[in-house]
Amino acid sequence: MVLTRLSLSDFRSYADALIVPGPRFVVLTGENGAGKTNILEAVSLLAPGRGLRRAALSEMARDGGAGGFGVAARLGDVDLGTGATALAPERRQVRINGAPAAATALSEWLSIVWLTPAMDRLFIEGAANRRRFLDRLVLALHPAHAVHTARYEAAMRARNKLLAEEGRPDPVWLGALEAQMGEHGSALAEARNDTVTALASRLTEAPEGPFARAGLVLDGWSHGDLATELAASRPRDAAAGRTLVGPHRSDLLVTHLGKGQAAERCSTGEQKALLLGLVLAHADLVAERADRRPVLLLDEVAAHLDPLRRTALFERLEAGGGQVWMTGTEEALFEGVPPTAQRLRVERGLIGTI
Amino acid sequence: MGPLLRALEAVNERLESCAICGNVDTINPCGICVDPRRDARALCVVEEVSDLWALDRSRLFPGKFHVLGGRLSALEGIRPEDLGIDTLVRRIEVGGIDEVVLAMNATLEGQTTAHYIAERIERFPVRITQLAHGLPVGGELDYLDEGTLAQALRARRPVS
Ligand SMILES: Nc1ncnc2c1ncn2[C@@H]1O[C@H](COP(=O)(O)OP(=O)(O)OP(=O)(O)O)[C@@H](O)[C@H]1O
Ligand SMILES: [Mg+2]
Ligand SMILES: [Zn+2]
Repeated sequence: MVLTRLSLSDFRSYADALIVPGPRFVVLTGENGAGKTNILEAVSLLAPGRGLRRAALSEMARDGGAGGFGVAARLGDVDLGTGATALAPERRQVRINGAPAAATALSEWLSIVWLTPAMDRLFIEGAANRRRFLDRLVLALHPAHAVHTARYEAAMRARNKLLAEEGRPDPVWLGALEAQMGEHGSALAEARNDTVTALASRLTEAPEGPFARAGLVLDGWSHGDLATELAASRPRDAAAGRTLVGPHRSDLLVTHLGKGQAAERCSTGEQKALLLGLVLAHADLVAERADRRPVLLLDEVAAHLDPLRRTALFERLEAGGGQVWMTGTEEALFEGVPPTAQRLRVERGLIGTI
Repeated sequence: MGPLLRALEAVNERLESCAICGNVDTINPCGICVDPRRDARALCVVEEVSDLWALDRSRLFPGKFHVLGGRLSALEGIRPEDLGIDTLVRRIEVGGIDEVVLAMNATLEGQTTAHYIAERIERFPVRITQLAHGLPVGGELDYLDEGTLAQALRARRPVS
């Protein structure tokens, strides 16, 4: 799974840009605000969801442009495209080989995993971001996870709306929505269970190395008759104004195996190493199980590592294979990257080769 | 106004919604409802008239139809009483129908609607089936080619 072409039109700071990425390392350097993260964000839109900044689509359209934007990529002999038009600036359009498709279908073609500076607080913040991070890992092993998640959430929104209405909501209608939540909720919980189990055993068995090993536990609703539980929970949910039972409340609990300590109590650097170790183990797991390697987007990762870990990271990535996009402000950070890497210099919306 | 436009206008004026099934035709009841060669014991429930037309393109379905006129949507405020569900229940109540095929789109709202209807007609002695969803996820019936539709109908399965 390797992007062989990426073109941006009116995307963020880019009026029109083309990158022909190499199959392995793509290293983007440039000063603050040059537009490095924007490129990674464009790539992240080739997966289901809102991209690595979780920004509104209208924010991505270039200021001073016509109001829409487009990101197109080639993946072997498959063309993927996404964007929005000026007429419907918040509606994400997706094309696969030229034909309109749902964004959830993108995971059938490509899996993308990213680490950004904003994720430094992943273990400290609320469960929602951890769940989203986990779901991205799950997607690489279970491409249908995107559809199950989207449908589960849509059914839940509809149910919450019905429960909030005046008078007694139609029990048959509620039952129909709860059946959908049961079906999709069970499927998504099962995919999460499977991913966490496989990843956890891989990390437990791995030798101690420069990247701390994470212990993983999925906490929350994991199996059973969700539709029945939801039906029983109607009065409570109506009073709370939201749904109190179900996999939308699950959390990924992470510990530092070496220290036997909860991740949120580890130092900033240790947390970063845990996260990196997780992502690297996941890439290996996906390669083994699904015979494809996720595209990795590592924003500013090198800058925050000590030289030893930086070298170790490049070595792991080199050994693993697959396409890895990395950003940093200085070229010197990437001296340890093999000379075959593609090195690009980003400057105010322009991309040049070094 | 040119002659072509006038002709189109005339057709438009005469188009009516069938009082029995919700189909759109120049006669009321519609051509399908009055056709004696149709199997009156099999009833196919669809969301929109365009779905009926898709399924009727080459007589994929030999029975009669019932058009709901939409799908349940809590977010858009489309409620059971806004759809042709009560008329459907009454048609089944009258009797003479052995099988009801729920041919909703493979969208969340389509599937919720199918589930809702199955529950509402459960008490009648009819076999309730639904399209085999080898259909693409999110797939809307009227976009599907005949082969896929025919296959989905042939492999229809009982609603659990
Ligand atoms: N919709 C938009 N239209 C035009 N420019 C935009 C838009 N959105 C963001 N930008 C510009 O893009 C630039 C930020 O780019 P980006 O975040 O990719 O920088 P960076 O190279 O990653 O910088 P850093 O090293 O600080 O992380 C900012 O200067 C911002 O003003
Ligand atoms: Mg940046
Ligand atoms: Zn009719």
